[in-house]
Amino acid sequence: MATVRDAVGGVQSVLVLGGGSDLALATVRRMVADRCHTVVLAARHPDRLEGELAALRGAGAATAESVSFDADDVTSHQKVVDDVFARHGDIDLVLLAFGVLGDQDNFDHDPVAAAAAATTNFVGGVSAGLAVAGQLRAQGHGTLVVFSSVAGVRVRADNLVYGATKAGLDGFASGLSDRLAGTGARVMVVRPGFVHSKMTDGMDPAPFATTPEAVADAVLDGLRRGSEVVWAPPALRLVFGVLRLVPRPVWRRLSAR
Amino acid sequence: MSPPHSSAALLSGWGRTAPSGAELVRPLGLGELRTTLDDAPTRGVIARGLGRSYGDAAQNAGGRVIDTTSVDDVAWFDAERGHIKVAAGASLDELMRHLVPRGWFVPVSPGTRFVTVGGAVASDIHGKNHHRVGSWCDHVSELTLLTPADGQVTVGPDRDPDLFWATAGGMGLTGVILDATVTLTPIETSRLLVDTDRTANLDEVMALMESGDAAYPYSVAWIDLVATGSALGRSVLTRGRFARRHELTGSAARDPLAYSPQVVAGVPPVVPSGLLNRASIRAFNEFWYRKAPARRRDEVQEIPRFWHPLDLVRDWNRLYGARGVVQWQCVVPLEAGGALRRIIAGLAEARCPSFLSVLKRFGPANPGPLSFPGPGWTLSLDIPAMVSGLGPLLDRLDLEVVEVGGRIYLAKDSRLRPELVGDMYPRLDEWRAVRDRADPNGVLRSDLSRRLGLC
Ligand SMILES: Cc1cc2nc3c(=O)[nH]c(=O)nc-3n(C[C@H](O)[C@H](O)[C@H](O)COP(=O)(O)OP(=O)(O)OC[C@H]3O[C@@H](n4cnc5c(N)ncnc54)[C@H](O)[C@@H]3O)c2cc1C
Ligand SMILES: NC(=O)c1ccc[n+]([C@@H]2O[C@H](COP(=O)([O-])OP(=O)(O)OC[C@H]3O[C@@H](n4cnc5c(N)ncnc54)[C@H](OP(=O)(O)O)[C@@H]3O)[C@@H](O)[C@H]2O)c1
Repeated sequence: MATVRDAVGGVQSVLVLGGGSDLALATVRRMVADRCHTVVLAARHPDRLEGELAALRGAGAATAESVSFDADDVTSHQKVVDDVFARHGDIDLVLLAFGVLGDQDNFDHDPVAAAAAATTNFVGGVSAGLAVAGQLRAQGHGTLVVFSSVAGVRVRADNLVYGATKAGLDGFASGLSDRLAGTGARVMVVRPGFVHSKMTDGMDPAPFATTPEAVADAVLDGLRRGSEVVWAPPALRLVFGVLRLVPRPVWRRLSAR
Repeated sequence: MSPPHSSAALLSGWGRTAPSGAELVRPLGLGELRTTLDDAPTRGVIARGLGRSYGDAAQNAGGRVIDTTSVDDVAWFDAERGHIKVAAGASLDELMRHLVPRGWFVPVSPGTRFVTVGGAVASDIHGKNHHRVGSWCDHVSELTLLTPADGQVTVGPDRDPDLFWATAGGMGLTGVILDATVTLTPIETSRLLVDTDRTANLDEVMALMESGDAAYPYSVAWIDLVATGSALGRSVLTRGRFARRHELTGSAARDPLAYSPQVVAGVPPVVPSGLLNRASIRAFNEFWYRKAPARRRDEVQEIPRFWHPLDLVRDWNRLYGARGVVQWQCVVPLEAGGALRRIIAGLAEARCPSFLSVLKRFGPANPGPLSFPGPGWTLSLDIPAMVSGLGPLLDRLDLEVVEVGGRIYLAKDSRLRPELVGDMYPRLDEWRAVRDRADPNGVLRSDLSRRLGLC
């Protein structure tokens, strides 16, 4: 069944690019508990998501399936996205959630690995984002949610490659949002701080550390309000409003860990 | 190929909540209007009137939307018998300006005059007189309809009644309405004699309506949904009838059919969100209730004041800011007064801010399978879309409504759970069968029809 976003942010169908993401799955679970009946998880290893899909069906999703998707294989993106839209009709929401964190100490000595991370996070985001935007534009409605990060708001020395990829992705997503103005399609940028997830497993939490569930709530609240940017937790908007402005020497000291 | 006068547009309903992009076509005459179903895009076509439905009924994301408002002529007017054949794009505002000075009134008027004849048919609109005369389509003797299957067809209560009644309240999904022949109401004057009763609570207003509505052609109650406890559901009930000529005095008597509705001011395009919030809405409700007389009889009122006070302010929906407003209107059977009370208590408990809340007692239903009104109590409210917890609250109220066999009004909906629509409209499949005959390939589509899976 085809659907559009309703007046209070209710979502009936969702596609996740990076289908195994903890943040995305927490969000999808919330939506299925409300009225979302169609979930498509696009991931590198779709077979590994069987358990998750069964749980989503048990929670009320009439259709829950996974498809194969590799962010690094940019030539495949258009087809993967087009197939999902062709098979499921309208998609209300697309979560662009794939990403790799990497280790800056390693990147310092391995420029090729750094370029690979940049390919996944930024290049893959650009190509997948545009493929989705084309479908949403034709559909006349729908929202692309792009998982950026506070790491891209002001890039830190100790995760500069990751931060730079997120800065690029964030800029792309904001520009895409303006590009789509007036078409009915929208882009919402999400800027989480430190979130306890697979990605950060074993790391020391940063200040304002939060959970995937709290990020999910922030995403849903943003959809309800029609926000263009969502910070998670919301207090980070103010924190980074200040951090963006502090002089470089101060920033170097503050951001060193 | 795109039809003439088309452009890309972002369209929303009066609530301004979920805009979508479409190809907007503006046919300048009947000839052009007749071509608007040709070469339909894959995402289909829907007609649009003045966009006064609150939700997404007159939008079609990624498809074509036909702006019918330029095709608005009166084909003929029989001033003796009070019949008019008028193009679907004409507004009730234009009709009233034409008819009132000639001693006729529209059979049914909604709370705004800025709706089209096509929109009135497609939503089968109701007014303050439903308990006496039914809804709009009860006064339509013939419709010309453009359907994908058969092109231009003429239907009426005795001419393909299935298609006629499927079109009454059919939300534009059975065809493009080209014109309607409507039976009018004779009036001697343009003034009403209005009785006002302020009631202390819900029981009192329900009792007054039950015992007294039959004596009045027009009746509606404004209800304070903010009041709680013993004041729960306190209301201001206004009921009236058109004055006879001999009942007017002074200047009114010299020009008994005078009619010149005013629009005093507009609202700027950008209004800060939150202007209408819990505090300001609570204050408004208190003021409105206090300002009403406890009891007044035979007050002379003009048509705009009695029916269309909101039309005085152009674009008042902008007052709700960028996030817009959600309307919710239900009807529950007459014997389900308990459910009505639970709904009103639920809204008051949730401190749900609504200031345009209206209670009315409907009369019998007509044969339209998707027509909204039926014997019962109808409650309608406006809530700023930004109010948190609104979605879950309205979902709960929907369940109360379904449980007692009630329904919500599609012309106002923007967020119903799709699985409830079949329970609310049990004749949906019957309607779908007629629709499929008129539109076998599913050309007629709207955001509403997709969101709720209507067809
Ligand atoms: C302030 C206010 C008060 C209101 N009060 C009432 C009330 O008291 N009672 C009541 O019943 N309603 C009320 N309404 C709702 C309103 O009457 C209906 O939504 C009506 O349908 C709006 O008409 P429109 O011309 O603006 O149509 P739109 O909103 O543009 O369209 C509404 C529906 O009609 C269809 N449609 C329009 N024209 C055609 C056509 N030519 N052919 C086929 N389909 C067509 C559209 O596809 C859509 O499904 C109120 C609305 C407002 C804003
Ligand atoms: N966690 C945080 O603290 C945090 C903070 C700010 C922003 N974010 C951003 O939020 C998003 C989601 O993060 P998360 O916390 O949910 O992390 P996560 O659970 O690790 O999810 C990231 C997902 O990206 C997928 N992925 C990586 N490379 C891919 C590729 N080449 N092709 C397809 N999929 C690929 C991973 O798939 P596999 O399962 O196949 O590896 C994984 O499922 C990411 O963009 C992240 O950068 C996270």
